Amino acid sequence: MITEKVKRELVRMFGRGNILDSDEDRISYSYDGTPILGSLPDAVVIPSSVDQVSKLMVLANEEKFSVVPRGSGSGLSGGSIPGENSVVLLMSKWNNVLEIDKNNLTAWVEPGVVTGKFQSLVESQGLFYPPDPGSSQICTLGGNVAENSGGLRGLKYGVTKNYVLGLEVVMPNGDVMRVGGKNMKDVAGYNLKDVLIGSEGTLGIFTRILLKLIPLPKTGRTLLAFYDSIAGAAATVSEITAARIVPAMLEFLDNPTIRAVESFARLGLDNNAGAVLLVEVDGAGPVVEEDLAAIETVCKKSGATSLRVAADENEGMKLKAARRSAFAALARVRPTTILEDATVPRSELTTMVDFINHTAEKHDIQIGTFGHAGDGNLHPTGLTDERDRAELERTEEAFGEIFGKAVELGGTITGEHGVGLAKKKFFESLYNTPFINMMKTTKQMIDPNCVLNPGKIISVSPRCEGALPRSREQIDRILSKMENPSEAYF
Amino acid sequence: MNHISDDLLTQCMHCGLCLSVCPTYALTGLEKSSPRGRIRLMKSVMEGKLPVSDVFVDEMEFCLDCQACETACPAGVRYGELVESARIFIEKNRERTSLKVFILKNVVVKRNVLHFMARLVRIYQASGMERATLAILGAFHNRLYKLVKQLPRISDSFSINTIPTVSEPGDNPRGTVAVLTGCVMDVFFADINRDTVDVLKENGWKVVVPKDQVCCGSLNAHNGDGETPKTLARKNIEAFEKTNADYYVINSAGCGAFMKQYGEVLAGDRDFSERAKKFAAKVRDFSEFLFQTGYRKPTAHLGKPTVYHEACHLVHAQRVSIEPGALVKDAVGKDFRKLNEATWCCGSAGIYNVVRYDDALKLLKRKMENIKESGAGIVVTGNPGCVLQIRSGALDEGLNIEVTHPATMLNRLYKSENKDRDGGAS
Repeated sequence: MITEKVKRELVRMFGRGNILDSDEDRISYSYDGTPILGSLPDAVVIPSSVDQVSKLMVLANEEKFSVVPRGSGSGLSGGSIPGENSVVLLMSKWNNVLEIDKNNLTAWVEPGVVTGKFQSLVESQGLFYPPDPGSSQICTLGGNVAENSGGLRGLKYGVTKNYVLGLEVVMPNGDVMRVGGKNMKDVAGYNLKDVLIGSEGTLGIFTRILLKLIPLPKTGRTLLAFYDSIAGAAATVSEITAARIVPAMLEFLDNPTIRAVESFARLGLDNNAGAVLLVEVDGAGPVVEEDLAAIETVCKKSGATSLRVAADENEGMKLKAARRSAFAALARVRPTTILEDATVPRSELTTMVDFINHTAEKHDIQIGTFGHAGDGNLHPTGLTDERDRAELERTEEAFGEIFGKAVELGGTITGEHGVGLAKKKFFESLYNTPFINMMKTTKQMIDPNCVLNPGKIISVSPRCEGALPRSREQIDRILSKMENPSEAYF
Repeated sequence: MNHISDDLLTQCMHCGLCLSVCPTYALTGLEKSSPRGRIRLMKSVMEGKLPVSDVFVDEMEFCLDCQACETACPAGVRYGELVESARIFIEKNRERTSLKVFILKNVVVKRNVLHFMARLVRIYQASGMERATLAILGAFHNRLYKLVKQLPRISDSFSINTIPTVSEPGDNPRGTVAVLTGCVMDVFFADINRDTVDVLKENGWKVVVPKDQVCCGSLNAHNGDGETPKTLARKNIEAFEKTNADYYVINSAGCGAFMKQYGEVLAGDRDFSERAKKFAAKVRDFSEFLFQTGYRKPTAHLGKPTVYHEACHLVHAQRVSIEPGALVKDAVGKDFRKLNEATWCCGSAGIYNVVRYDDALKLLKRKMENIKESGAGIVVTGNPGCVLQIRSGALDEGLNIEVTHPATMLNRLYKSENKDRDGGAS
């Protein structure tokens, strides 16, 4: 628990109304979108200036408590779940778009701006911000940068990091750092901006974000292709790639997912289809029509049993919205959905999907799979009930094997949700030691007291615990104890 | 029921997709005022980790029960049921019945008492007393002044007494429908009830108004009283069954939503569970019914920009959105305008605008901004509460905006057709 002294100091700094420490508030900030995980913060702090955030970090270092930044709490790896002796730093009220620069095609935003609202705003001005996480209606841009969120349009347009030009960041020691700017080219110094993007709230707190915008594509068409089996859908994905077409979206749903989505969205999807592909092409009119025709041909050739082209933009929007709901819709099957994001090179898609289904069968669990077929980013989702401990354990075991396979195929354990707490134990065991060590070194260097979102991604101990060794003998003694230098602090 | 269902609570997988549509979360920006947060609080109370604290009670009452979150929830969480059972749980764990529940139980649902009270108010409104009261309150108590000023006009006569029990449309009726005149509708909106009957008749339906019908029970159910609604549902089932009607047409969204749920309300009832299911299957909202069975499109025009405000208990609780939207659009033709945030609660929410006046006012402001932006001269909406609320918003802002029910809109269009015809003939 944070001490009464710290609480008094927080109240003095932020005002009573901006420190929430009732049981009800602590309970309602004890979780995010991640299943099962959760723990109570000691308080929730609502800052109103960069200076306040900076002073909070200074206090955290002095008084040794930790700070956990949070936007809307829609994360899926536990990145914003508070640990012991921590306060939640609520950034969701910083929701102003500060500038849209039409000459440079950039926008300055505060971190609490909701992604979907920002997209609507820039689109109303003929501009486009492509990163499109499934939770875009609620997730915040700050959270997107922290997680380097991907989404449905990753295949053609890339992910969040491709659209971040600059950041204003409060560092763990309270320093306010600025990196990047409106330049499309900038090689002055290390590319620290990209170290911060995707740092999952462990290296700094974003207080202002400079984003890159592009012109809004002139038209878009959406198509659904139904298949008897997953194999046909996977073949289509390879064929589309081979045909040198890059759709804006190339999404895939398996049968359990189709059923769940249909039960929520009632779009008239074929409940008996083995798989469906949702394809969107966008760009200038003639090119779009040409690509659409080519894709239709490929789909039919690869065994699509039926095709449905959205009549207008409205229908296309509905189909895409339904796809975004897939993860939560699966909760209709079983209440606890363990959504993962194992990602493989596109060519390994079929192998991976087969392995997932085989593993589910082996462990006698249910997995619904959907995902961004175009970029190999799958969402195998364990369908279980958190009240059934045994099944939960089997699900976890199955996912251990699935992650192992993904890495073996040259893939990754997480394509877009981050490691956070949920995948921490798989992370260290599946990645090479120098990489893990460099991450730990970086964290220890930037946040020596481990006060900013500790325990996420990797575990490191505070650099200074107790008195520093002073004599040569003391140092030698410590060094001789270290079997694995990466595990100890230095 | 003295607990909140664990299965319903577990169904929430806390993805947070409800946050973007929750009006109270938009007001505070705090998780505890969101559906996801409230569900977590209920879970904590059920697990004994949190007492039935003041903050907990306040959050359950702050919720509008608009159920916008249910529409947004892909996981299919039945949030309305959750918050309603939380309110019942709170009432059960209170030492005294709250005034709110007492009034609903002893005034609203008892027709004699309600009519008596309404007559008193009518006398008060007709005499000079209203102005005197407002003047006094205006000087001393601003909040009470506003509340009292908001009190709508009592209808000159109550519809249950003036609408004939059976109205025949002429030769070869298409079928028989039974109409609920309601409790609030009956005393405040007798005219909407008459319009409802007229429009149904005009479209070839034989209309029956069962005299022994009672209040639907929704206001009690939404406010922490689990038992009264069951008694009312049984009485209504008996009253409506006697009509042998093909459909039961309801012109108030809140009542319609609840009557469609009679099957669940009386699920464990030995004598009534099957009858309740059959009853619920016959219930249709007024606009839904006309749209589905087909209706005669009026040839006259309203001549003013018209928007459709989607009542929460239609769009979210009943998932009836396309039908009334299309009906209004089709009926008013070129006068139709788009209303932004049409599905966002206006703050009426049953008796919410009385018990949580300040919060309701904030929501009303947001609604009025959107209405102003649309340039509407007429707002059509399928729920009496919304009609009252938006009317009072227009009054407060000095706007010349009519707020009306689809039934009144259609009846007026039909009537002005006749006038046009008569005018042309003479």
